[in-house]
Parts: sequence; structure tokens; C-alpha cells
Amino acid sequence: MSELMINPGVELRNSQLEIHHFRWRLAVATSFVVLMFSLLFIRFFYLQVVKHEHYQTLAEANRISIVPIVPNRGIIVDRNGVVLAHNYSAYTLEITPGKVENLAALIDDLAALIEITPKDRRRFTKLTEESRNFESLPIRTRLSDEEIARFAANRYRFPGVEINARLFRQYPQGEMFSHVVGHIGRINQRDTEQLEADDRLANYRGTSYLGKTGLEHSYERYLHGTTGVEEVEVDSAGRAVRSLSRTPPVSGNNLVLKLDARLQEMVYRAFGDRRGALVAIEPETGGVLAFVSNPGFDPNLFVDGIDPQNWNELNTSLDRPMVNRALAGTYPPGSTFKPFMALAALSYGKRTPQQVISDPGHFNFGGHVFRDDKVGGHGLVDMFKSIVVSCDTYYYVLANDLGIDNISKFMAKFGFGSRTGIDITGESSGLLPSQEWKMRRFKQKWYSGETISIGIGQGYNAYTPLQMASATATLANDGLMFRPHIVNYVENITTRERTFVAPEPVRNLDLKPEHIEVIKRALVAVNKEGTGARAFAGAEYESAGKTGTAQVVAIKQGEKYVESRVQERHRDHALFIAYAPADKPKIALAVVVENSGFGARAAAPIARQVFDYYLLGKEPARPAKEDDSAAGN
Amino acid sequence: MPPVIRRIARFFTAHVDGLLLSAILLLMATGLIVLYSASNAGMARITSQVMNMLVAITVMWVFANIPPHYLMRLSLPVYALGLALLIAVALFGDVVNGARRWLFIGVTRIQPSELMKIAVPLMLAWYFDRYEATLRLKNYLIAFVFLMVPVGLIARQPDLGTAVLISASGCFVLFLAGLSWRIIGGITVAGLSSLPFLWSILHDYQRQRVLTLLDPAQDPLGSGYHTIQSTIAVGSGGWLGKGWMNGTQTHLDFIPERTTDFIFAVYSEEFGLFGNLILLLLFLLVIARGMVITANAPTLFTRLLGGAVTLTFFTYVFVNMGMVSGILPVVGVPLPLISYGGTSLVTICLGLGILMSIETHKKLVQS
Repeated sequence: MSELMINPGVELRNSQLEIHHFRWRLAVATSFVVLMFSLLFIRFFYLQVVKHEHYQTLAEANRISIVPIVPNRGIIVDRNGVVLAHNYSAYTLEITPGKVENLAALIDDLAALIEITPKDRRRFTKLTEESRNFESLPIRTRLSDEEIARFAANRYRFPGVEINARLFRQYPQGEMFSHVVGHIGRINQRDTEQLEADDRLANYRGTSYLGKTGLEHSYERYLHGTTGVEEVEVDSAGRAVRSLSRTPPVSGNNLVLKLDARLQEMVYRAFGDRRGALVAIEPETGGVLAFVSNPGFDPNLFVDGIDPQNWNELNTSLDRPMVNRALAGTYPPGSTFKPFMALAALSYGKRTPQQVISDPGHFNFGGHVFRDDKVGGHGLVDMFKSIVVSCDTYYYVLANDLGIDNISKFMAKFGFGSRTGIDITGESSGLLPSQEWKMRRFKQKWYSGETISIGIGQGYNAYTPLQMASATATLANDGLMFRPHIVNYVENITTRERTFVAPEPVRNLDLKPEHIEVIKRALVAVNKEGTGARAFAGAEYESAGKTGTAQVVAIKQGEKYVESRVQERHRDHALFIAYAPADKPKIALAVVVENSGFGARAAAPIARQVFDYYLLGKEPARPAKEDDSAAGN
Repeated sequence: MPPVIRRIARFFTAHVDGLLLSAILLLMATGLIVLYSASNAGMARITSQVMNMLVAITVMWVFANIPPHYLMRLSLPVYALGLALLIAVALFGDVVNGARRWLFIGVTRIQPSELMKIAVPLMLAWYFDRYEATLRLKNYLIAFVFLMVPVGLIARQPDLGTAVLISASGCFVLFLAGLSWRIIGGITVAGLSSLPFLWSILHDYQRQRVLTLLDPAQDPLGSGYHTIQSTIAVGSGGWLGKGWMNGTQTHLDFIPERTTDFIFAVYSEEFGLFGNLILLLLFLLVIARGMVITANAPTLFTRLLGGAVTLTFFTYVFVNMGMVSGILPVVGVPLPLISYGGTSLVTICLGLGILMSIETHKKLVQS
């Protein structure tokens, strides 16, 4: 009846027919439902009655446990086979918090049997906060045989506590490689989500660690290996009785680096307690020979989960040891920028090598005075001399003539201001200023006065030591640029097959050989008669270099920078770029020593030691001392 | 009884279907009992699930009190809103666990595909009701488009479970609206022959799920693990089960997702074939009541809507139980009224509230 009220236009008979049809369909649907439920019931009957004994056996008497077998993580060695990261096996005491009622009381009881320090407790508390309840978490690692025996005798008192043999990662070289090799750490919630998204989570069953930084992170897929599976029968208490089938794990691949551990160690020593970074590259491949960021930190602290005290110390230290200065620290290039500026001027035809300017010791532009470092100026200066004596005025004028757009276009080709694509993550792109950048960043137009200090590597621009090293290597290699890479090859340890991280030319800068020749000649002269001469006095090979000093704080107009008056952390950074041998470069580097004043004094002697060691095998007799008499920038 | 109290009682009960409510409460109680065991006697989950149930029952009551013709007016706007949100998800949604399902709207994240579970049957029922007098093949085609657009967007997220549920609900409406048998036969044949094509557009992980269904042993650590362990749990339950709180598969951590999608494995292990039969009958009771309400519904809109709600409820049950017992692939479909979790519980109770509304408002009109 309601039909009529709601739909008065529809004929009654027709409507009844419709309802009849509808109910017929509904009956069909209902039969379908009953049929499907019967199907389910048949399935249940099959599983629970027909095959009950089979499943009963699997579940009750002999529960099958599928146990993942964690693969050995690949090891990391330097070019000569010196081990940088490896594994050792140790027994750990582990608690599954979800199976324990009173955690604190349990740990107190355990501590009566096995030594548990307050530090262990704090670390464990931090772990429980970060993990899910049913995970087995280590409270003590590296148990002695005696401790294992003592616990085994008392095991029945501690449900939810187990002793497990686990593989631990160790970094025998400690701090020295902390910023290259990186470290592993416990898999956290975010890692789990990422692994799940990449469909790799199953392969991490049973694994509680993965690479967090450095090569451990970027080569995770190679290092981890493939998890094996063992089907074991376990008794009602969950103890394994026998193995049913076993798919062995496949160990992770080893990494063999381009890096030279002894060179790295030498550089590390040369820095001493000074902060800074050095990157050395093989120009003809892009292989990274040394990669130091000082200070480092002990990566072994992170392996079992870092305790809060150490964590705070690392994070609050004024020296910022967790910052990878070589990769993510950005510094104004200072005068090390000049050879690239000169090359830009040659390429754009704004200068010839012979063109001479007269340097009165300053450059006036728009009512602003740009000082040269040498009071009274360098007199008549051509391009060669401008590099050898590091004349500022020459580059003030040159930058003004080139203009910011030409400068940024040219420097971009050398990789300034963009990531090099090195095979570790966390790289900073640095900052290559341009008109477009300034508009985007500050919503302001570029003032041509700002171009002038760019000419001597000051102002807005800031690059990573890695970028500077890569640019130097590209210059040394006559403009053929390779992607820097730390790993030489990945080695499959079962098949011994090696996958090389092949030298990858990024681009050819198409520079004119005669232009490069001018610059290179000047750079050689720097180390012979110029600002780098003292550091390279008596060298048995010919090298090329350029010193630089980067201002940390701006100095007021007309004021002179006097080191002793400036706070230590506001002092200038010392920079040096170099390559050797000059005719056929085998190594190119960039070094930054923070707050150490002139590049010639603090940075160049380190470069000298690196070359002496790498080219001649000469160990330094003493740490690279600051050369106090050296002047110039 | 004083008249005030009687009036208050009538206010609360006037639009509630007693039989349906009893079955629902029995199922919810069963759910709490299983959940207690599945969460190792964890009261936190129980408390939170009781809260979910209270919310869901309130929603059910509210919808039971909304007359169907109001719902009818809402059909098109709700559908349009849902579609807009789905498109927004595809464009700016948040990715969680590799799937783009969530949309951030100022204060909170929502999952618009959940809304579509109700909006699609509403829309189709409204559409067929509107053209009731002049239904042609064209109308079925248009309705099919209304169905496939949201289903396609949801399958792309990818959320296979929801896509299956929504397309099932839509197909039920098409079927009940009288799509001719010849076309149904034709589509079945075409569907079977297009399986290879469907296979080619599935995501790798979806293919993996289908493959592991056929042979769970080939991926015992990954997707096959769920099926292997839940099948063992069901099978080892036997005639009468291992008893409440005594399931070894459950309590030794062998069953994954054992409070949510795989809670039926826990139930089945502890209560056995007998328990399964009881549970099936309880679900059948809900479905049967839904069918009766649908058969007596006064308008095409309410008939189609009631039928779709009832059959979708059945689909939930069948897909979930089929997946746990290893005859269907693992898609994320919860067991209605039993699985832990608020969202699906609310959606299901909303549907059941609509059924109550159809039944009780018909009575009012007639009396």
C-alpha cells in the first residue's frame, strides 16, 4: 500500500509483478548465501575433522616453528684488505618484556646472577620504549662462559628470559671511519614501515639491525644478505626438538673500498684535535682515497643501542662529532675559488692570460671599498701572478666583469652547488648563488655589489669539502668529471663474483686545453714560489695547489682582521685544494681546517703529508704542525 | 509503568529491530570473549573495543531513526562527496604501509574508501529507484559506471579488500534490480576469459597473495605465513576446540593479526567445528533477518538498499572466514562485529541501522 503513496504513478499489478520478481531474485541470493556458508562449513569439516590429526600434530604435539636464520652481514675492507667493519658472535642475555610481569623486579633478580650495570639498565629501558612488547631485547651482551652456566642452572626461575647467540657488528678502526663506513642500529618503527613499503620486511625477519648511516646504510641491500628458513619442531615450552627442513641463509656481500685505511689514519692523525675535513679523490676514476671528518665518534657505541648518556654527550658536544663535515658541512671556498674564477674568465673570453691590472690594494664599487689582503696592493698583476700571490683585487674586478649569471653557470658545471652523487647518503648540495636563487630565497633582486665578494670565494657561496675535492679532481683531469665513489667493488662471497662500481663520467666540461694549461701552470707555481711554497719545500714530486681562507664572521668596513682578537670559534677556516703529481695527477684533494686561520699555515701541511705518503709511501715523522711563519691567503 | 518512563522507553526502542539487535549483541559478546583470549587477557584492548561498540551501537540507533526517504535525498550528495574525497586521496593522500589510503583534512586523517562502502549502494539504489518505471539496459550500464569509478580508485590505492567489498555490494544491487540472466551469464563468461588480463594489472604483492594462496609453502616467511599458521589453528581445533584461552597457536604467537583480521583463527582453534557452526548460524540469523526485512521493504530504493546491506554483510563474513581457512587470498577484510577495530565496526552497524530503519518505518506507514 505504501507503494501507492510514495509512487502514485506506478500501476498496481505491475508493481506486484515487480515485487514477485524481486523476491525471486532475493531467494536466489539467499540460496547463494546458504551455498557459500555450506562451502565454508565443508572446509571447516575438512580441516577440523578429516585432517584434524594432521593439523593436531603440527600444532599440538610438535608445533612447527618457522625460524628465520639471520644471514651474516657482509664485511667492509679497504683497498688493501684492512678490515673496517666485521662481525663477531657473542652470547646475549635477552628479555621479552611482553612475557614478563614485573620487569624491574626480574632485572633485580637477574642482577644477582649476572652483572648488570646501571648503564645496561638505562640502555635496556630506552630499547623497551622504542620496541614492540613481544620482541626479545638484549640486556647484556658478551656473556662469559661462567655467566652462561650460572644462568642455565637458574633458567626455570626466569620465564621470558633467554640466552641467544647473536652476531655483532664491530668497527675495529673506531672513530677514524665513523663518517664513511657509518654504523648499524636497531630496526625501529620507521625502518619497519620503510621495509614493508619496499617489500623487504620478510627478509628482515629475525634481524634486529640494519645500516643507519654511511656505507652501512647506502649499501644495505648488498650487505644484508638473504635470510634463511628453518622449520623446526618445538615442544610445548617452545624449545626446538629437531629440524625438519632448512634453507640456508645467503651471506651478504662484502664491500671492498677505494679508500686507503692507512692514508685515512694518517690524515686523521694530522688533524689531531682540530676540527675539519679532508676528501682525497683519484682524478681519473673518481675513487675516493681518503674521507675524513674530524672529530668522529665511536660507531661501536651504536651497535647494541646507544645508552642515553653517550647519546647526549655526542649530541651536545660543541665540536659536533655527529656532523659529517666532509659530506654535509658547507664552507665558503675562499681563495681556492680563484683558479675556477680565472678559468671562467678565460672560457667566457673576459680575460686573456696576459692582460694586466694594477692593484692599488683595494677596489671601489658603488661607494664600497673591497680591500686586498696585502696593504698597498700587489702592483701589476696578470692572471698567473693573481693565482700565485692570491691577489684579491684582480678577482674583484674579474667577478664584476663576468657577472653573477656567468659565474653560477660556469661553477655549476664543476659541480659546485649540487650533490656529487657519492655513494653515501646525507650529502648537502651546498650553495651556488644566482639571481634566481636570491629571488627565491629572499624575494630580493641580486645587487651587483654582491657579485664582487663571490670573486674571492666569500659572500653567499658555500660548498662541501667533497664538492671542492671533486672540482679539483675534475680540473686535474682536464675537465673530465667522474662521480666520486667510495666503494671499489661489491664481492659475492660464495661465487667470488665482483661487481665493480665502475668509474662513471658525469660530464666532460669541454674546456680548452690552453686555458687549463694556464691555470695548472699557476697552481704548480703556488706550491713552488707562492702561498703554498713553504708547505711543499723540498718535495720530490711536482704538485699543484691553492690556499684559501674563509671568513667565519664578517669584518666591518675598514677594520683589519687580527686573529688574536677574535674568539677561537669565530676565527677563519683554513682551506687548501691540491693535486699531484702535476703532470699526471694520481690524487686530488680538498682540506678544510676549521678556525685555523690562513690556509697556507694549517691546511697545506696536511696536504703535503697526504701526497708524501700516497706518492712516496713516506710516513710523516711528526704530526702536521702549523706553519706559523706562512702568510698570505 | 509510569507514562514518562514508557515514553522514554519508546523513544529508545521504537525503531530498533529486536531480533536483529539480539543477534548483533550475541555476536559482539562472542567477539569480546575471543578478543580477551586473543590479546592474552589484555584489558586495554577489551576496554577500547567496548568503547568502539558503544559508538557503533549509537550510530546504529541514530540511523535506525532516520526515515529511508531522508537517506534517499542524501544518496547523491554523499556519493559525490565520497568520490571527491577518493580523487583527493589519489592526488594528495598520505602513504601508509605502501598504500595511499588516507587523506589529511586539517585535524585528522580519514579513509574515504570506508565511506564508499555505504555511499555506493545508496547511490545505486537511489538511481534505480529514480528510473524504476523505465529501466533499460542503458540504466544498468550507467549504474555500472557509478560502481566501477570508485572501485577503480580504491583498487589503485591499493586496497584490494575494500575494492572487493564495494564491488560485491554494487553487483548485488545490479542483480537485485533485475539485470537479465543472459547478461549475467555473458559477463561471467567474459569475466573468466579476462582473468589473464586482470592478472597482468595486479600489483606484484597482490599477485604474490594469489600465488601463495595456491601454494602457501613457497613464501613461508612472507605472505604465506599467515595462511599456513591460521590453517593449522583452524585444523587443530577439531570437533570442540582446545577450550577458551587454551589455543596454542594463539598463545604461542603463531597467528599474526590475531585480534583483527585473523581473530576467527583464534575462535576456531579454541571452540572447534561446533563453535564454528554456532557462529555461522548466528551470522546466518543476521542475514536471514536482513533478507526478510528486504523482502517486505516498501519501495524499490529500500529493497535494493536492504538487499545490498545484507549481502555485503555476508560478503564480509565469507571473505574473512575463507581467507582464514585458506580458500581465499589474504585481503584485509575483518570479521564483522568480532574483529577488533572501530572503523569497520561503525560502518557495519551503520548498515544494520539502515536495515532497522527500513523495517520500522514501514510499520509506521502501515499503522
